[in-house]
Amino acid sequence: MTATATSARSDLSELGRSEIALRTFLHGLPGVDQVGAEQRAAQLGTRSIKTTAKAQAIDLAIRMVDLTTLEGADTPGKVRALAAKALRPDPADPSCPHVGAVCVYPAMVPYVAEVLRGSGVHLASVATAFPSGQAPLEIKLADTRAAVEAGADEIDMVINRGAFLTGRYGEVYDEIVATKEACRGTDAGRQGRPRAHLKVILETGELATYDNVRRASWLAMLAGADFIKTSTGKVPVAATLPVTLVMLEAVRDFRAATGRQVGVKPAGGIKTTKDAIKYLVMVNETVGVDWLDPDWFRFGASSLLNDLLMQRTKLTTGVYPGPDYFTLD
Amino acid sequence: MFEYAPAPESRSVVDIKPTYGLFIDGRFVDPSDGGSLKSINPASEEVLAEVAEGGPADVDHAVRAARTAYEQVWGPMPGRDRAKYLFRIARIIQERSRELAVLESLDNGKPIKEARDVDLPLVAAHFFYYAGWADKLAYAGFGRPPTSQHSGPDPQPLGVAAQVIPWNFPLLMLAWKIAPALAAGNTVVLKPAETTPLTALLFAEICQQADLPAGVVNIVTGAGETGRALVEHPGVDKVAFTGSTEVGRAIARAVAGTRKKLTLELGGKAANIVFDDAPVDQAVEGIVNGIFFNQGHVCCAGSRLLVQESVADQVLESLKRRMARLRVGDPLDKNTDIGAINSAAQLARIRELSDAGSAEGAQRWSPPCELPERGFWFAPTIFTGVTQAHRIAREEIFGPVLSVLTFRTPAEAVEKANNTPYGLSAGIWTDKGSRILWTADRLRAGVVWANTFNKFDPTSPFGGYKESGYGREGGRHGLEAYLNV
Repeated sequence: MTATATSARSDLSELGRSEIALRTFLHGLPGVDQVGAEQRAAQLGTRSIKTTAKAQAIDLAIRMVDLTTLEGADTPGKVRALAAKALRPDPADPSCPHVGAVCVYPAMVPYVAEVLRGSGVHLASVATAFPSGQAPLEIKLADTRAAVEAGADEIDMVINRGAFLTGRYGEVYDEIVATKEACRGTDAGRQGRPRAHLKVILETGELATYDNVRRASWLAMLAGADFIKTSTGKVPVAATLPVTLVMLEAVRDFRAATGRQVGVKPAGGIKTTKDAIKYLVMVNETVGVDWLDPDWFRFGASSLLNDLLMQRTKLTTGVYPGPDYFTLD
Repeated sequence: MFEYAPAPESRSVVDIKPTYGLFIDGRFVDPSDGGSLKSINPASEEVLAEVAEGGPADVDHAVRAARTAYEQVWGPMPGRDRAKYLFRIARIIQERSRELAVLESLDNGKPIKEARDVDLPLVAAHFFYYAGWADKLAYAGFGRPPTSQHSGPDPQPLGVAAQVIPWNFPLLMLAWKIAPALAAGNTVVLKPAETTPLTALLFAEICQQADLPAGVVNIVTGAGETGRALVEHPGVDKVAFTGSTEVGRAIARAVAGTRKKLTLELGGKAANIVFDDAPVDQAVEGIVNGIFFNQGHVCCAGSRLLVQESVADQVLESLKRRMARLRVGDPLDKNTDIGAINSAAQLARIRELSDAGSAEGAQRWSPPCELPERGFWFAPTIFTGVTQAHRIAREEIFGPVLSVLTFRTPAEAVEKANNTPYGLSAGIWTDKGSRILWTADRLRAGVVWANTFNKFDPTSPFGGYKESGYGREGGRHGLEAYLNV
C-alpha cells in the first residue's frame, strides 16, 4: 500500500516536465456528466440540517470564512476595521469563534497584519495581477513576493485562463510552480521563513465546463497548490455547488493517488447560512470529515458572515435580532 | 464529526382513520361479504388502519357501478369536460401533496425525501399530462392519421377497466393506471396492494373533493383473492396489472379467450452497463440510484451491474465509499436515503436470495450501518464475483441488493445484459454518443437510460420486452391501452 502510494507520487511529479505527458494525463481523467453532477449537487442541497447540527455547522462555517474585501476603494482604515471584525465577529458574544482569515489586496496587507499578529487568524492576499492575471510573469511574481514580505501567510493566485483554454497546460503549470516558489518571499527574507500557503483560483466561471474544472483542479494540484479556489468574485459566475462538487472529487482522488491533501475554497456568491450549510453537507458527504476544518475548507465571502451571526444569535436566544445589531465593517 | 440531528417530517399533517370501507359509486361502504385486513407501518410494525377486504359481491357491486357511470355519465361526456375533472384532481393532489407524501411514507416505508421529491410530483404530472389528452384523442394517431382531413371514426374507450397495482409506488402506480383510463373515457375499479392501500383511499377522498361523478373511480381494497375476483369479473372490458411475473402469468391465463384487453407490467432484472470511459462519479450515483432508490423495490431497478473489467476496481471502490454514506433509518426523517422494506414477506424473500448468493460463492458486502430493532430492514448490499449462473443474477430480488458482474468487450456486455427472461429496462454509462446508440440498439429492454437511471416522465412510454410484460404506460402510447383502436 505504502509502496504503491510512493510510486504513484513519484509518477505524478514527472507529469509537469512534459507538455505531452501533462496533456495526456489531464485529458485521460474521467469525464464529468453535467446533468448528473448538477443533479447530485441539488440532491445534497435538500439535506435538512436542524438544531444541534445547525449550531455546529454555523460555528464551523464562521471559522471557515475568509473575510474578504477586494475593492479599489479599500483604505487602511477600512481593512483595519475588517480585521477587528475577523477577530471578534460578534462583540456581544465572546463564545463566537473568530474567522479563518482576512483576505485583501497586497497593498492593504501591512495594515491588516498589525491587527491580526499572533491572533491565529490567517492573512490572505490576492496576488499575480488579480483578478485577470493578465500581466507579465515577473510582475505577478513580484506581486506575490511583496504580499508575503508584507506579512501575508496565504496567497490567492489566479491561473492563466487564456493559456489554459488554449491548451497551453505547461505554461499554467510553470506559473503555479513559480508562484509557489515566490510564496517564500524575497531572497533576503527567505531564510527560516515558512512558505505562505498557496491557493490557486481556477476562475471556474471562465472555464465553462466541468471537464475543464476537473482538469484545472488536477493541474493546480500537480503544480503544488495547497488549496484550489473557485473564483475571484469578479466575473458574473462565481462559486456554485456543482463546481465545488467536482473540485471536491478532485481533491479526494488526488489524495488517494498521491497521499497529499489539498484544500478547497468556494468563493463569491455565497451569502446565506443556508447556502453555507449546503456546502458543508457536500464536503461531509463527498470527502468526509477530514476536510471539515478551516485548514482544508474555506468560504471566500463577505456578507455571509453577518447572516451566520444572525442565525447563530437566533439559535442561542430564540429571536432574530435586527441587522443593526451586527457590524457592517 | 458532522452528525445530522433528526429532522422528522410531521406525521400530524395527515389524518388516518381507524377503519376504511370500500370506495364504490362515490361513497365509502362496508364490505358485504368480505372481511378486513390491517395495514401496518413497515418501519415500526404499528397498525395504521384497518381496511376492508372486498369479496366477490363487493367486486361485482363496484364493476356494476363503474358500468353505470360509463354508460350514463363518463362515456358520453365530452373530452373537454373529462379534462376539467382530471385537471382539478391534479391540482388537489399538488395542494395536498405533503399529506399524501407523509401517508405514502408511513404505509410503504419509503423515505419521505423520495415520496416528496419523486412520487408526488410525478403523480400530479401524470394527471396533468393525461388531462391534456382528454379532448385530443382523435389526434393521438389512433383510428385516423393525425393530419387526415377526413372525419373517420374516432377512437372509443373500452368501458370498465380493472386495475391491480403493486405496493412499491402505491400512489404513482394508481396515477399511471387511472389518469390515462379516465382521459380516454373509461371508468375504473382499482385494487391497491394489500400492504399499501391508504393513499388510494385518500385519493378516493380527493375524487369526492373534486366532485368526480359517482362510479367513475372505484377503489376495492383486499388481497390476492379480491384481485382475482376483479380481473375474472365478466363485466370488465380491460385488465391492467403491474406486479410480479408469476401473478401476471395467472392473469394472462385467466383473461385468455375473453374479450378483455390486457396490459401487463411485470418484473425485471435490469443491466446497468458501465463502460471504461464512463463519467465515474456520476456513474456511481447512477448505480446507487438504480438499485437503492425505493429500497430496490423497483421493477426497473438496475439490479445487475455490468462493469468493464478495466475500470471494475475503481468503480467498486467508489461505489463502496458512496454506499457508506447512505443513511438507513426512519423513513419520515428528511435525511433518510433508505427506508424500510415493505413487508415481512418481502424481507424474507430478500434474505433468502441473499443467502443463496453467499452459498453459491459470491462475495457479499454491506457498509457498516445500524438497523432499527423494530420494523423490516435490510442493509444496502452488493455481491461481487457474481456469474450469470448465480440465482442472484437471474431472479428478481426486489430489494437493496446489487449483483456485480464484469465484462471485457461491448459485445459481451450486450450478450450478458440480454441473457435474462426479463426485459424491462437497462442503463448505459459512457462518454461516447456512438456507443450509447450502438448498445441501445442491441439491448432487448423497453426502457434504456443513457448516463442516467430511474428517470420517469409522463410523456415517455414505459413497458417491457419478454417476461417483463406487454403494453406501454405513459405518453401517447399509454392511451392505446385504454382505447378501442
